[in-house]
Amino acid sequence: MSEPVTSIRRPVRLEYDFTAGRAMSRFLLGLAEGRILGQGCPECARVYLPPRGTCPTCGVPAEEEVEVSPRGTVTTFCVVNIPSQVLVVPVPYVCANILLDGADVPIFHLIQECPIEEVRMGLRVEAVWVPAGELKATFESIRHFRPSDEPDAAYDSYREHL
Amino acid sequence: MTEAINAETLSATHILEYPYTRSVGPVIGRFLAGLRDRRIEGVRTAGGRVLVPPVEYDPRTGEPLSEFVEVGQAGVVSTWAWVAAPRRNHPLDRPFAWALIRLDGADTALLHTVDAGDESKMATGMRVRVRWRESTAGEIHDIACFEPEAS
Repeated sequence: MSEPVTSIRRPVRLEYDFTAGRAMSRFLLGLAEGRILGQGCPECARVYLPPRGTCPTCGVPAEEEVEVSPRGTVTTFCVVNIPSQVLVVPVPYVCANILLDGADVPIFHLIQECPIEEVRMGLRVEAVWVPAGELKATFESIRHFRPSDEPDAAYDSYREHL
Repeated sequence: MTEAINAETLSATHILEYPYTRSVGPVIGRFLAGLRDRRIEGVRTAGGRVLVPPVEYDPRTGEPLSEFVEVGQAGVVSTWAWVAAPRRNHPLDRPFAWALIRLDGADTALLHTVDAGDESKMATGMRVRVRWRESTAGEIHDIACFEPEAS
């Protein structure tokens, strides 16, 4: 009797085609130009990012294109201590919800160029883009966010967006 | 890679993949080690039934099971389903049958494949025999497939 087997590798793999739809496609094409495009609701005036073509609150089409700022505020964040095989960022690193100026929904992205213990709610950050020649229609056109050396945002300025 | 499917809509192929490692436990661990040595083992219950593949507890009484028994390398197809167009991750790259196979000396059936060539060669009650993979590694695919036993 040879040594018992203790474990087996059983990779799970799902390959599928994702179609972005009109609203998300405009957002992605905007990233290829170094712009961040949301959509505004004609009734409640909220700006959705990434855009979905409708306002989930008012239930109406929301197709007015609104360019938002590459600067924003960290609303919430987490420190990641578990390495990923697909994300080649050394641990520990910080992922944060970032409320860009002009948007009503935070986006989720990496915070870099900052000691992890200095990341906090209200921290002001700015997008760091890939070089202009490498911009593509993908979220990866924004490499990460870094502190923008502005004073922290007041809690009341983002409390409705947590 | 992102591509435009028309003037205003993008599409891209995404891959969701988990490099999943599963602990097999002492009983399946021994079963898989047996396959590596080209032996098929089950467990015997207190009531005398032989379960293949083996399980850790008697499904009828809940008693822990530890008496391993080697069973035959041929057996009887108890039910089957023909796969006319194998998909990428299927164990065989040509049409085959999924089958429950009760090996000689066993009281339960093992799910595996039968390389019969054609659906007309398949029948409930037919006898099949193991075809081992050339090099074994301690996993269920050490059994490459079953094939109809020469009659």
